[in-house]
Amino acid sequence: MATPQAREEALLTVRKVTLRFGGLTSLSEVDLSLYRGEIRSVIGPNGAGKTSLFNCLTGVYTPQEGTIEFITADGTPTQLVSGPPRRRRSRKPHVVNRAGIARTFQNIRLFAALSAFENVKIAAETRQRTGPIGAMLRLPHARANERRSDARTRELLDFVGLRQVADELASSLPYGVQRRLEIARALATDPALLLLDEPAAGTNPTEKRQLEGLIRRINTDLGVTVLLIEHDMKLVMSVADRVTVLNFGRVIAEGRPEEVQRDPVVVEAYLGSTEEKP
Amino acid sequence: MTVGELPLAVRRPRRIDPRWLRLGGWLVLGALLCVMTSTEEGTPSDHWLVVRTALGSTKLIGWLLAGAIVWALLEVWRARGLGTVVSGRTAGVRGRWHEITGGRRAHWLFLGIAAVAAIVIPQFLSEFYQRVLVDQVAVFVLLAVGLNVVVGWAGLLDLGYVAFFAIGAYTAGYFTRALPVKPPFHLNPFVILPVAVVVCLVAGLLLGAPTLRLRGDYLAIVTLGFHEIVQLFLVNKNNWTGGNQGAFGIPHFSINIFGIHYQWTLASLPYWYLFIAMLAVLVFLFDRLEHSKVGRSWTAIREDEVAAAANGVPTVKYKLMAFAIGASTSGLSGVLYASRIGYINPASFPVVLSITVLSYVIFGGMGSLVGVIVGAALLTFLPAVFQEQNIVRQEDIPMWIGAILVVMMIFRSQGLIPSRRRRRELGLAAQGVSDADAMSETPEGRA
Amino acid sequence: MCLTQHFWQFLVPGITLGSLYALIAIGYTLVYGVLQLINFAHSEVFMTGGFAGLFITQALVTAGLTPHGADSVLYTVTGLVGGAVFGAVVAFLLERVAYRPLRRRNAPRLVYLITAIGASLFLSNLAGKLFGRDRTNIPELYANDVVFTLFGAQVRVQQLVIIGTALAMMLLLDTVVNRSKLGAGIRAVAQDAQTASLMGVNINRVISQTFVIGGLLGGAAGFLFGSYLNVHYQMGFLPGIKAFAAAVLGGIGNIRGAMLGGLLLGIVESVSQSCMSSQWIDVVAFVVLILVLMFRPTGILGQRLGRAA
Ligand SMILES: Nc1ncnc2c1ncn2[C@@H]1O[C@H](COP(=O)(O)OP(=O)(O)OP(=O)(O)O)[C@@H](O)[C@H]1O
Ligand SMILES: [Mg+2]
Repeated sequence: MATPQAREEALLTVRKVTLRFGGLTSLSEVDLSLYRGEIRSVIGPNGAGKTSLFNCLTGVYTPQEGTIEFITADGTPTQLVSGPPRRRRSRKPHVVNRAGIARTFQNIRLFAALSAFENVKIAAETRQRTGPIGAMLRLPHARANERRSDARTRELLDFVGLRQVADELASSLPYGVQRRLEIARALATDPALLLLDEPAAGTNPTEKRQLEGLIRRINTDLGVTVLLIEHDMKLVMSVADRVTVLNFGRVIAEGRPEEVQRDPVVVEAYLGSTEEKP
Repeated sequence: MTVGELPLAVRRPRRIDPRWLRLGGWLVLGALLCVMTSTEEGTPSDHWLVVRTALGSTKLIGWLLAGAIVWALLEVWRARGLGTVVSGRTAGVRGRWHEITGGRRAHWLFLGIAAVAAIVIPQFLSEFYQRVLVDQVAVFVLLAVGLNVVVGWAGLLDLGYVAFFAIGAYTAGYFTRALPVKPPFHLNPFVILPVAVVVCLVAGLLLGAPTLRLRGDYLAIVTLGFHEIVQLFLVNKNNWTGGNQGAFGIPHFSINIFGIHYQWTLASLPYWYLFIAMLAVLVFLFDRLEHSKVGRSWTAIREDEVAAAANGVPTVKYKLMAFAIGASTSGLSGVLYASRIGYINPASFPVVLSITVLSYVIFGGMGSLVGVIVGAALLTFLPAVFQEQNIVRQEDIPMWIGAILVVMMIFRSQGLIPSRRRRRELGLAAQGVSDADAMSETPEGRA
Repeated sequence: MCLTQHFWQFLVPGITLGSLYALIAIGYTLVYGVLQLINFAHSEVFMTGGFAGLFITQALVTAGLTPHGADSVLYTVTGLVGGAVFGAVVAFLLERVAYRPLRRRNAPRLVYLITAIGASLFLSNLAGKLFGRDRTNIPELYANDVVFTLFGAQVRVQQLVIIGTALAMMLLLDTVVNRSKLGAGIRAVAQDAQTASLMGVNINRVISQTFVIGGLLGGAAGFLFGSYLNVHYQMGFLPGIKAFAAAVLGGIGNIRGAMLGGLLLGIVESVSQSCMSSQWIDVVAFVVLILVLMFRPTGILGQRLGRAA
């Protein structure tokens, strides 16, 4: 496991991000610094704002206040939200993805009527330059790109262990398998940062163990920084380098897993919330 | 008491047996069909002529009887649970059928047979049917293949599609000096083809760029409005377009290079082969497009726009691309049409024609090249035959088109010969999984 | 310059037309609110109202004689109610026959839209076949005198009847939607259909009621419009598109927005007649629509009834 403290290089810096829906504030002044190479977990009770945070990072929502800075592969810092107060804009989701942030969804969002292979391939192809003319005439570069994305897709399906279901429809796969497929699809876009929204939800213990290994391999073998939303504390404790705790849209604690677990504020937040998750 | 409580106050508790309601429905449908199939038409001096003559004739009894018989059969079917029995028995056969017809090989086999038939059969037809083949079937099959890119593949609803057809046709009129406004140079129709493609491409981009960022259903109304504006322009800008009279004397196609000379004339067959050649090229290119990165991106957008964008698919760009490809195909057909017919006027491109072409695509099976070709061919050839035989009035065709659209959407929204992907999508959508069009939400919508 | 010169001339016709657009736009906005569907066939509900009003008043009025006094009022009200009722019936049947089966199957929106377009094409051409394809005038129900002049512009009885009726109906509707249980149901379904059904709202019934309300207003507008101009099987097409543009202008899903948008569009359209030749007038609505979509897709008042964009 990479030790982030060794090289404190921020990959993503979230400063004072506030997101409101009408009167409801789902994120308030959230600060978060993510170091290159770490596995960070975001935890918090239901409705704490975890998914909202992901949506702000990926351009689905535009936070009313705050800044989000991401260091792209070539080392240039990019602002993901910009503009004066009343006319703020997020980068479009596909632009964020190209900058190097990929995500999965809490409620799985695969292309249900396509095969597992096609699901991953679509993502693998998005960086290629094949245009409609090249595709229609099947020009040499289009064919080369096609071969490349096929190979990349097979590689990724192997990586997540789904080679044998490549030709099955995404919607016909078991829940846990769909989750892994969604991860493979996200990885196909070559991200520097992978956002996982409750990847263990609805999976069985065997699948959870596999997932744990998978997240580690994504981090070490592929060198991808991981931001993980998860309710399963066992998983969080075992894979996360550091944990950030959200409650009612605020960061209430941050630190190593075992520190956070003992933090009275965190314990209070979980016991105080209606739905307790150990 | 407020108005809101009224419905409660007048509601009666007694319920009628749904079977009788269904019988009533079938009888009404019988009477409606009796009226619809009448060959007369009302007049302002006698508004009730059709209703009176149709419902007063003995034909009505036949239609009502037919309605009652269908009802009785369906009730027996329902009571015995025959639906599940039959669908269980035929599941295997249907599965095989879908496998065969949905596959790539069948696809090419069909297209091959169709190509051979298209080359051979017209030789033996009468001049009337040859003309139907060119002026109706060929033109609209070409149009349908282009609209299929927009509706079938990208999942967008374009109701101004025929406006681009008009733009293509008027481009041909302009560059052949048939319009009041004269071009700096004169072009052969073959050279105009790429010009019209570019013109329509640009027009499509200009119209699509502001609207495609928004929820998909706005595109429908904006394109409808666009068609109306193009119409107004053609009618009112007399000194450019020739107004209601339009333009005459658009020359036929001709080849005059490398020592080859050929001149198309009023004869139908040469034009038929020209159209078929164009169609073959388009089908070949579009089929590759569907099974390429571009086609897969469209599918992704259709199924889940948010997920597609999150995985790096520039959704607006791909929608725009589909829209522009459709527009340029329409423009291309417009040049062919203008040159074939020789004259154009605004009445050749009414707004309802956009909807008509849409209905061909829907009827055949959106997303399936074979489907839309068959759909467009059937729905253009049959009405021409019916009209020739005086079975249906020409004015009534839009009515039947509308009826076909509604019935098709209710009972078989995937169309006659659906594409495999489309069938799956609609099936999954019915179970509440996934989506099947690009209009439910923008990527910045909900997640 | 051109605006100020004839402004008053065109203001009253603009308000007249605008109040009709507003009535139709409410139908679009209500259905969009609960189903997120552009109900293209609403223009045929409007046309039905026109034909129903035409036939009823033709039966009442002796040809060539303009009724007076109480007769005028009675006939106008009968025509109006007839138009509204038949409009509502068509809207109700449309929902029952065409849209409900799709809802049961959870059909994608593309399918809904195509159905709506098909229904629109079918109904208008059925009317064309049945009743002929020429324009017909609704008989005069009252002497259309000049009531007063406003800054040099004449205001006639008919314009006042249309504006007054439309405003009254809108006020009534606003009260119903905001005060009654029926309105609460509509608002609940528009906010979140799933939650509403969990809370015991009968969604199918609310949707039917929404169509009926939209149909009543649309049908009444059809009669008023028919008596203002004429009745024709395609009379719904342009006013339909324009009313939809008005609904978007005010903020689709927002009832007061539809009213405001309708009035505004009618006025803008009419007043711009003083600046351009009248053949181009139909372009105004589309230009407004495209401008709104480009710069403020949520409309003037925002999309309150339905979900946000
Ligand atoms: N589009 C939206 N409109 C209105 N409110 C929203 C929207 N999205 C999120 N919220 C609200 O923001 C708050 C945070 O929601 P969020 O989904 O981020 O929680 P979460 O931490 O992911 O919870 P969970 O563990 O249940 O997934 C909630 O109160 C939610 O209702
Ligand atoms: Mg969440």
